[in-house]
Amino acid sequence: MSTTLFDKVWDAHVIRKIEGGPDVFFIDRHLIHEVTSPVAFLGLKARGVKVMEPQRTFATADHNTPTINQHLPVEDPLSANQLKALEENSKEHGILHWGLGHENNGIVHVVGPENGITLPGATIVCGDSHTSTHGAFGAIAFGIGTSEVEMVLSTQCIMQPKPKKMRINVEGSLGKGVTSKDVALYIISQLSTSGATGYFVEYAGTVFDEMSMEGRMTVCNLSIEMGARGGMIAPDDKTYEYIKGRRFTPKDEDWDKAMEYWKTLKTDEDAIFDKEYTFQTSDIEPMITYGTNPGMGMGISNDIPTTDVVQEGKATYEKSLNYMGFDQGDSMLGKKIDFVFVGSCTNGRIEDFRAFASIVKGRKKAAHVTAWLVPGSHIVEAKIKEEGILDIINEAGFELRQPGCSACLAMNDDKIPAGKYSVSTSNRNFEGRQGPGSRTLLASPLVAAAAAIAGKVTDPREFLN
Amino acid sequence: MAYDKFNTLQSSAYPLPIENVDTDQIIPARFLKATERKGFGDNLFRDWRYNADGSQKEDFPLNDSKYSGKILVGGRNFGSGSSREHAAWAVYDFGFRCVISSFFADIFKNNCLNIGVLPVQVSDTFAKEIFEAIEKDPKTEIKVDLTNQTVTLLVTGNSESFDINSYKKENMLNGYDDIDYLQNMKEEIQEFVKTRPF
Repeated sequence: MSTTLFDKVWDAHVIRKIEGGPDVFFIDRHLIHEVTSPVAFLGLKARGVKVMEPQRTFATADHNTPTINQHLPVEDPLSANQLKALEENSKEHGILHWGLGHENNGIVHVVGPENGITLPGATIVCGDSHTSTHGAFGAIAFGIGTSEVEMVLSTQCIMQPKPKKMRINVEGSLGKGVTSKDVALYIISQLSTSGATGYFVEYAGTVFDEMSMEGRMTVCNLSIEMGARGGMIAPDDKTYEYIKGRRFTPKDEDWDKAMEYWKTLKTDEDAIFDKEYTFQTSDIEPMITYGTNPGMGMGISNDIPTTDVVQEGKATYEKSLNYMGFDQGDSMLGKKIDFVFVGSCTNGRIEDFRAFASIVKGRKKAAHVTAWLVPGSHIVEAKIKEEGILDIINEAGFELRQPGCSACLAMNDDKIPAGKYSVSTSNRNFEGRQGPGSRTLLASPLVAAAAAIAGKVTDPREFLN
Repeated sequence: MAYDKFNTLQSSAYPLPIENVDTDQIIPARFLKATERKGFGDNLFRDWRYNADGSQKEDFPLNDSKYSGKILVGGRNFGSGSSREHAAWAVYDFGFRCVISSFFADIFKNNCLNIGVLPVQVSDTFAKEIFEAIEKDPKTEIKVDLTNQTVTLLVTGNSESFDINSYKKENMLNGYDDIDYLQNMKEEIQEFVKTRPF
């Protein structure tokens, strides 16, 4: 029978099928961070059980960490306590831990691929919904709750009903100033924030074939924002080239054996999906969001839709625009902004900083804009320095901060003040996401760069040759 | 952690007729810093419930004394966004044992089932009928019967059946959790581990 990439990877990890219930599903790699793991470790303690396969779990501190003065003790006692709990729990159970300041430390979904923890055909979970990022490698990767973190720690399995299958095809090449982020925001704007709930997505088509691994990570990362549990892309030569030689990637004979398996990981030609969409890149321009969920996005030159054409109920839509301080029919171009945030598991990788630098090079930051540039990891930070990007951004009036989740979810001190507008390369524009009362406009690093220079929402194509 | 058994629940309900309620609203990230599972109910819907100075927003349903009960009725696509189980803990800790909506986000629904809060998905029409009944009479009662998988609006007698997989249903009825199940198949899992290539 013809099967999909998703079927192949899923079915290979099912230990038992429960009639009328979920599958007992084996997890190859488990990533943990300080926020969603402590209660799971308490659960283990209460049951008197140990971590079953500690070498399959990897810990990094990211959500709570400060992005300046990381060499000093963490000031906030609650954050410090969570970081300490992660360190102690990892030590007690023999789990590899990359704490604050460690050379491999960074955002969980950035350090996984960087270190070869993320592999094609693997199942990867983490108590974080953006675990879908790792699907870029042909892995089945998705976010779980803390009860499930405890299941994985104690038995290396979770219980999951198999999701339905969706394929999203995007055909064509990307236009000037259009990035992987814009492709993802476009898809979400078409499907809505719940359009893929209950599904696992496979992305296919020329745009993804041509996309870099980092671009693919950005797209898969945002799968959850349309409700999908995860999204994946079949591995190809780019995938193998990216992972080869990394710290935890199989070596020598193991590599050859793994390659044999990985080459089988693709959807058969006549395989059937429960739902399928096809889009054209000619319809995609640089995107920006105007509302309070990631589905409320549009091409940057469009006007904010009026209530008669939106999918949400009128009251919900109006509440959202009211929160943002925007009116139906407004153009986003020219709207004054206060903050720019470049970073997160969505757009905190080296290519994102290269893109940002390509626009700010030889220009100056708008005086009234506060910009937080936060690399996804120490490895990204080191590359920014090596490639001379730091000099470019410093000359343009920007500073680089230290790695972490930062203003994406504002658990640390990087909070956008109430009422202020932030153009952000992160993943969520929910009310208060970047700090109580903050107003977030999601966009690509190019759109963020253009906004930082102009001090207002600006089409990045104006700055590109 | 095993949890309370759930069989039937008859209760009045709090209405929250807003769509796409995300888990950042249910519990904002700045309240996720605990290392133990307690006290999350205080910050349930924090920024919708309280002003910046800590005073209550009177018009928010959770602050309105005319509403009561162990059931929360939310708008479509309830619980989207972050996977934080803290959102389900906050709902539980406030005193809810059941959330009714015409559509749930996946992870939130799973998290609820894993801690003993029953997510009940109803049709858009029935959700509307429930909201209208609560608006008319805030003390109106809803009966949720897990054994028979029905939800009934007592004032009209109108009823709908809801889906839940039979495994999760047994767990909820008996207060079992998945870890008990998985612990019992550890040998089978250990055999499987040996076959994994990486």
